[in-house]
Amino acid sequence: MADIKINAKKVAKLAKLFITDEEEKMLDTQLEATINHVKSLDDINTDHIVGTNEVTDLKNVAREDEVRPSLSQADALKNAKKTYNGFFVVPVIIEEAIEQ
Amino acid sequence: MTIDLHSLTITSAKKALKEKKFSVVELTKAYLEKIKILEPKLNSFVTVTEERALADARKADELLAQGETKPLLGLPFSVKDNFSTMGIRTTASAKVLDDYVAPYNATVSQKLIDAGIVLLGKTNMDAWAHGSSTETSDYGPSRNPWDTHRLPGGSSGGAASSLAASECLAAIGSETAGSVRGPASWCGLVGFKPTYGRVSRYGVIAMASSTDSPGPITKTVEDAALVLEVLAGHDPMDATSSTKEIKPYAKRMKELTKPMTIGISDDYFTGVDKEVVAKVEEGIKVLEKKGHKIKKINLFEPKYAIDVYTILQRSEVSSNLGRMDGIRFGNERTFFGEEAKRRIMLGTYALSSGYYDAFYRKAQKVRTIIIQDFEKAFTEVDVILGPTLPATAPKVGETKNNPMYGEVMDVLTEPSSIAGLCGINVPVGFSSNRLPIGMQIIGPQFGEETILAMAYQYEQETEFWKEKPNLQFD
Repeated sequence: MADIKINAKKVAKLAKLFITDEEEKMLDTQLEATINHVKSLDDINTDHIVGTNEVTDLKNVAREDEVRPSLSQADALKNAKKTYNGFFVVPVIIEEAIEQ
Repeated sequence: MTIDLHSLTITSAKKALKEKKFSVVELTKAYLEKIKILEPKLNSFVTVTEERALADARKADELLAQGETKPLLGLPFSVKDNFSTMGIRTTASAKVLDDYVAPYNATVSQKLIDAGIVLLGKTNMDAWAHGSSTETSDYGPSRNPWDTHRLPGGSSGGAASSLAASECLAAIGSETAGSVRGPASWCGLVGFKPTYGRVSRYGVIAMASSTDSPGPITKTVEDAALVLEVLAGHDPMDATSSTKEIKPYAKRMKELTKPMTIGISDDYFTGVDKEVVAKVEEGIKVLEKKGHKIKKINLFEPKYAIDVYTILQRSEVSSNLGRMDGIRFGNERTFFGEEAKRRIMLGTYALSSGYYDAFYRKAQKVRTIIIQDFEKAFTEVDVILGPTLPATAPKVGETKNNPMYGEVMDVLTEPSSIAGLCGINVPVGFSSNRLPIGMQIIGPQFGEETILAMAYQYEQETEFWKEKPNLQFD
């Protein structure tokens, strides 16, 4: 695999993170260094190998779908910075549509 | 009265409480006093729960007077700050969760409460458990009681420093790859990393869900076994927790005295500090003298485990920390520290369209090869022995500006973690500048009793845990 270039600003946007110009420069270099380090896995032949997601071989763990006690509404809302009438207040994401 | 907190273990404290040598309130006050004196220097705790501890202690004294026999009744513990504790601030040492008060208990917290512990507080860690030093904690690093200019290791660094300084009787940590064994090694303690799924992850602030394993840090092997008996077991709230039978570990480890075969891989000694190698080799000789057989084995080169772990861990981190939206709890994402951002971004990149196959899927496949390699090894040997960390504790500040620092330090614990194996760190002596050195005993999945038995036999011959750090501050 050829050397990889990473655009930290673009990745930060995908991850909903906010980075300064200074951080961007540092992260470009550090992320590239890390990702070029892990490329050593290319040395290993993995043809015909199945990947492992779960190490103890559990398969299709399911439980009965039954009603049981859970957090009260008050407890669920207790840590929220903004609530309104028993709901979480979320940031506006469709402002333009409302304005129209 | 003065209680010798350093020499106290779970076993001896239980006996002393039963014989009424001191009360739980007296014991708890002794720890709280120690915390008050040492915390300004050690920074082992993010939150000290003094009122809660005294309330727990009073209740435990009442229950003891009534003849109640819960397994950990009245024993003062510290708990790592990534375990949800109902009504108590739970930050994972991250400012994003600075004011988060958990509305429920992690299964581990609940089991400890049900077993009767006194909760002294929540211990410092690398923020989100991202690191091997506590230097990424948003609340500053903890200090190593053996040399307070040095780091205790991580991510369960506050857990280890709190116990090494006798600010608690036992500590609860969690390991994704080295986070229990590592700090135990640098602080001269026993650190037990159970098989993945042996202890429930429910309510633990998730780091890498496919490897996270809660485990105890204790003074002795017997203490580790006693805590494991409480923590282990299936939990309907964690689908990956195992239904396999829990054994009476503390009893079984003493009965298991048959000669075993110990596997040694030269790759686990390559690039390791000379003094560490020498002490671990002495440790192996002690076990050889006990009648165990040594067998050289070849394991998959540990360096590849770093790359597998880096990809899997960063990817799972980016997914798990996606829930930190600042809407339902915690602060907004601008509060993430540098290391968290770095890890989230690397994971986001590795999982992004066009790169998933090259990185994440590839790492999952190499993970399979590592698992198969260990399975093959365990057809020839009962346990695998080696150094836990490649060096002794570094000075505060030494780990900064190295984005791969944690991975390099964890190179010897990452392969077994990726494979979900169990492992235990036991102290094997000291370096020339009196810093603790640790040896790890790795067992197959659900081989808890085997590694405990080996560790117990070793400890009976050596008793390094009795050595005491000379806490000096300048």
